[in-house]
Formats: sequence, structure tokens, C-alpha cells
Amino acid sequence: MTSISRRSAVLGVAALTAGLALTGCTKAATDSGAAGTGAATAAAKLSVVFIPKNLGNPYFDTSDAGGKKVVESLGGTYSEVGPQQASPDGQVQYINTAAQQRASALVVSANDPKAIGDALNQARKGGTKVVTFDSDTDPQYRDLFINQASPDGLAKVEVDGITKQIGDSGEIAILSASANATNQNAWIDLMKKDLAANHPNVKLVDVVYGNDDDQTSFDKTAALLQTHPNLKGIISPTTVGIAAAARYLSTSDKKGKVALTGLGTPNQMREYVKNGTVNEFYLWNPADLGGLAAYAADALVKGKITGKEGDTFTAGELGDFKVGANQTVLLGDPFAFNAGNIDQFTF
Amino acid sequence: MTRTYAAYAHPLWRRLLLSREAAVVALVIAVSMWAYGNVPYFGEQLTLTYLLLDVTPILLIALPMTLVIVTGEIDLSVASVVGLSSVLVGVLHEGGFGIPAAAAIAVVVGALCGALNGYLVAHVGLPSLAVTIGTLALYRGLAVGILGTKAVTDFPADWTQRASETVGDTGIPTVMLLFLALALGFALLLHFSAFGRGVYDIGLGSEAALFTGVKVQRTKFILFVLTGAVSALAGIFYTLRFGSARGDNAAGLELQVIAAVLLGGVSIFGGRGKLIGVIAGVLLIGVISSALRLQGITVNVINIIIGLLLVVSVVSTPVLAWVSDVAARRNRGTRPTKTPAGVGTP
Repeated sequence: MTSISRRSAVLGVAALTAGLALTGCTKAATDSGAAGTGAATAAAKLSVVFIPKNLGNPYFDTSDAGGKKVVESLGGTYSEVGPQQASPDGQVQYINTAAQQRASALVVSANDPKAIGDALNQARKGGTKVVTFDSDTDPQYRDLFINQASPDGLAKVEVDGITKQIGDSGEIAILSASANATNQNAWIDLMKKDLAANHPNVKLVDVVYGNDDDQTSFDKTAALLQTHPNLKGIISPTTVGIAAAARYLSTSDKKGKVALTGLGTPNQMREYVKNGTVNEFYLWNPADLGGLAAYAADALVKGKITGKEGDTFTAGELGDFKVGANQTVLLGDPFAFNAGNIDQFTF
Repeated sequence: MTRTYAAYAHPLWRRLLLSREAAVVALVIAVSMWAYGNVPYFGEQLTLTYLLLDVTPILLIALPMTLVIVTGEIDLSVASVVGLSSVLVGVLHEGGFGIPAAAAIAVVVGALCGALNGYLVAHVGLPSLAVTIGTLALYRGLAVGILGTKAVTDFPADWTQRASETVGDTGIPTVMLLFLALALGFALLLHFSAFGRGVYDIGLGSEAALFTGVKVQRTKFILFVLTGAVSALAGIFYTLRFGSARGDNAAGLELQVIAAVLLGGVSIFGGRGKLIGVIAGVLLIGVISSALRLQGITVNVINIIIGLLLVVSVVSTPVLAWVSDVAARRNRGTRPTKTPAGVGTP
């Protein structure tokens, strides 16, 4: 580059910056008062910041929309910020920001149970209440956790669903995720106990593992149906498994003859509910989850509860809730999705 | 040799004041002052602390990355080395190593990662873009492979606190001292040593540099090793700051580092750029992100703004050069001196 071109390039940029700097100075003088008053009013009012695992995730779009409705109905200000990728460091930046803004409450789905802990505690020191939902942190980093479902509730609703559909007698099987998935195994144990105690004519003949892989789950479903020709029902307590099993069943001659239920998401299951492969499947309603988190945040901010075990609060149309062990509030029974309501959900 | 001695035709103060680097520094000051007056809470000391902690990994890696880009090469594998070093610190800590020992091993592994890049680029002669895209996947794969989807989080509290503590009441994180020491080292290396002059010569023309006695292969190799080692250092800081070693830590960080280096006035074609501009470039991105976040603006919009800023800054150089070229031709009626390949007229 020639000296001439460099000089003029630099002059241009320098002029631009000088201009920016000047406007910056003048504005600074006039606006600083306004900024100060803004801070004072924000502290007095309910302001809830939702931090999902990542933005643009349909599940959190649904849950946070539920939260927004509640926060606004309570007269507070709602905002949703978060990282693009589900990373803890991205969340930390937004937690720090919310703490500086003196937000009255944070509602977070944690990307890591510990990595965002220091940032959350820093925010709490400044008076911000912290509610986790969907995915918890270690208990020492938050005031409350809104739990979407209890293991007992999930196990029971799936057993009730399948036994109802097969007339409470016959062979069933379970298509799980991986053989060492802690939550899956806990649910399967609870299902076995429930079956033994309450459904003596229903026989669990097999538990197979699709490793939460679509193709493996698909193949395992095919194998199950071949090995057990009298099979009347399949429970798949994993969203990947149930979708793969539904895809296999919908194209096989067992469609409508072998019942399938479990935990799934409306977007993955819509097609199979509409074509009659699946009657009903379960999960929680994310909008209710977000709404309950917002009510809990409000109750904490207004001092109605402190988050200790035994505290009770009212969450509008969702009803009354009680804080359980480990400062956890349970949303309630799982939500049943079927042909009648599936089109109301977009996650 | 195409070094422009015309650049030395003006007095020192004028060259310093009217440089591209001075423009970026001025922009940082201008944006900070604007934010100080207009963005609620930006004036708080905490903003400074968080801002510096957030940009520390980028600041650290940008130092050696500047030298690599000045030679006309690039290293895209840095964020993967951060991830790998984070995982190593975690796994070694779990295995009973103390943090200093685990950190030392991680830095050595980082240097080895850099050495592999450097060997393939400098000695085998492969293009660094291709090599480091490959090692980006390779090192990230190793990181995720070692730890899987789990995270190591039980780091001793005194170490995690050390990562975010500040110097007295200044609000400046202690880790800045480490950065300043490294920055001083790299500045001496690039701007005040024969090695550094070689770095620029390679960027202006690798073959010409070779003929003038610059050890091209050795220089490039050393730069990649340094980049690997410093990336590992950033990984250790990252791990301790968040108290979490994960295989996916710092994914995508390489683009932020390269964006900041280019914003700071380093030519992607090599041969031109100063560390002070790069440091200002990193801070500029940090200040803008921090101010916009405090305004309640979401990450997508922030990325759009920083992306636009980067495009404008990269495009401005040839456009302004073209404008002055046209002007000079009109004034003199002759073509001005030839510009080196890549940085001249479009």
C-alpha cells in the first residue's frame, strides 16, 4: 500500500472515530440522569429474565412463552436472553448481565449443574432470586427448582396408558435408551413394581436398548416384534425410541395391533398420532412449566415464600404448589398428548 | 522486497497517531465513553471485571494468532486445543494430579498440538487453512472422546476463585497480569527482534524472505507451537473460571479470535498488523457485546453487529486505498507506486 492511500484511509477512520467520540461525550452528559432513574424503578418492579439452554429451541420457545404470559399478567417485565449454542459460558455472560441490571428474578435452564453456579450466587448476593427449571443446578446455587416430572409420575402414567390400551392383559416390552442410563433404569424399575402390584395379567417379556439412536431403536423394534409374535404393547420412555418405534410400526402390518406409548414430543409424534399408530403419549407441558417458574419467581420476589421445604404458593390457573425436599417444586402429573390436543403444540 | 519505506517518511508521532491501530484504539475509547453515558450499569466496576474475564481467552490466543496471520498463515484449531486442554486438566485432576501439574501437562500437550500443525504447514508445506480445519476436528474429537458427555467440576475452590479474583479494589482480574506479561513478550518478539522482522518478511513474500536469510520453516513452526501452548493456557483459565472441564468448552472461539485479529488491523494476506491494534480489536468486541447485552439485546443481534463491523473494517482498507489511488492519479497524472499483492487496489 502506498503512503498516500494509507494516510487517507487512516484519516477517514480517525475522522469517523472522532465524530463518534464527540457524540458520545455530549450524550453521556445529558443521559446519565435518565439511566440512574431507570435503575431505581427497575429494582422496585418485578422483572424476570428467562435464560433457556439456547435460543431458537422450540421447546424453550414454548416454555418461555408460558413464562412471559404469567410475568406480564402479574404486571412485571419479561425478557428472554441466552446463548446461541447450549454452552455454560454463554449463559454465564447473561447471568452476569442480569445481575448487573438488578433483575428481580432469573429463571434458568442450566447447561451445566456447576459451571454457572458462581455467577448465579453472585446474582443472588445482589438480591436476584434464582429459579431453575427443566435442568437443575446443584441446590446451593438456586432458590427453587421447578421439576417437570417425578420418576413415579412418569412410570405410572406410562404403565396406566399401555395397560388401558391393551385391556389390562397380555405381553408388553420396553424399548429404552442405553443400558446404563440412570433415569431410564429408575423408571423401568418403578414400572416393573407397578405392573407386579397392580396388573397381574400383563407380562413384561423383554427390555431392549436402542441407545437413543434412531436406527438402532428402529431395528430393535423390528426384532422385538419378530421375537415376540404375541406382543400387544411397547413402552418407550425416551423421545428418540418412541419416534423410531412409531416409524417402524406405522409401515408394518402390526400398525394399530401393537399399542405404543411412552415419552415423546408433539413434533416428532404428530404424524403417528394422526395416522393411528399411536393413541396417546406423555410428557409435560413446557408452557405450564415456564408459567409455574414465573409464578414461583414472583412469590420469591414478593417474599411470599423463601424457597424452604413446606412453603406453599398459588400459581394462578395451575393451582396450589408446595415446596418439597431440596427446594424443589413438582409441576404435577405428566401431560397426555393425543389426536385431540396435539395441534396446539409446536415443540 | 515490497516493504514501503514511504511509510517512514513522516515523523514518528504522526505515524503513530494516524495509524490504523490508533483508529481502533480511538474507537474502543469512543464506544466505551458512549456506553458509559448511555447504557445503564455500564459504568459499574463489575462491568470491567466481567468484560475482561469474558475476553481473556480471546486476548490470550489473539497474541500468537496475530503473528501467525502476519506470516500469511492461519490456525483454526485453537478453540479445539482450548477444549482438549480443558479436558486434560479435568481428567488429570480427577486422576489425583494437582492443578499446577495438570496445567503444565496441558500446556505441553497444547504445544505438541501446535507442533503437529507447524510440522504439516512449515515442513510438509501444506496450506494451513486445510491442515488446521483437519486438526480442529481432530483435537475436538480427542477432547470429546476422552471425557464423553460428562463434565469434571470438582475443582478446588481456591483455584476457581483465583481465576476470577481481581487485583485489590481495581476491578481488574488478576489474570490480566498474566496477559500483560505475555503481551509484553509477544510485542518484544514481533516488534523489536530479528525474529519479528522475519515474521513480517514472510508475510510480504515467503520466497523473498527465504532469500534474504529468514528461516521461514523454523519461524512458522515456532509460531504454531506458541499458538498451541497459549491456547492450552487459555483452556486452563477457561476451565478454572467456570469450574467445569467439558469436551465442548470454547467451541467456536477460533472465529472470535480471528475476527478480533482482523478487526485490529492485521491483514489476512499477511505482512501487516500490530499487536496493539489486535488488543484494541478484542476489547472493541468485548465492549460492544457487553454494552449491547446490558441494553437487553440478544446474542443474534450482537453477532450481526460485530459481523458487520468486521466486514466494514476489512472492506474499508482496499476501498479507501482505491479512492486515494484514483485521487492521486488525477492529481499527478501518473500511476502511484505499485502496491503489494493482496492489500492494494481491488
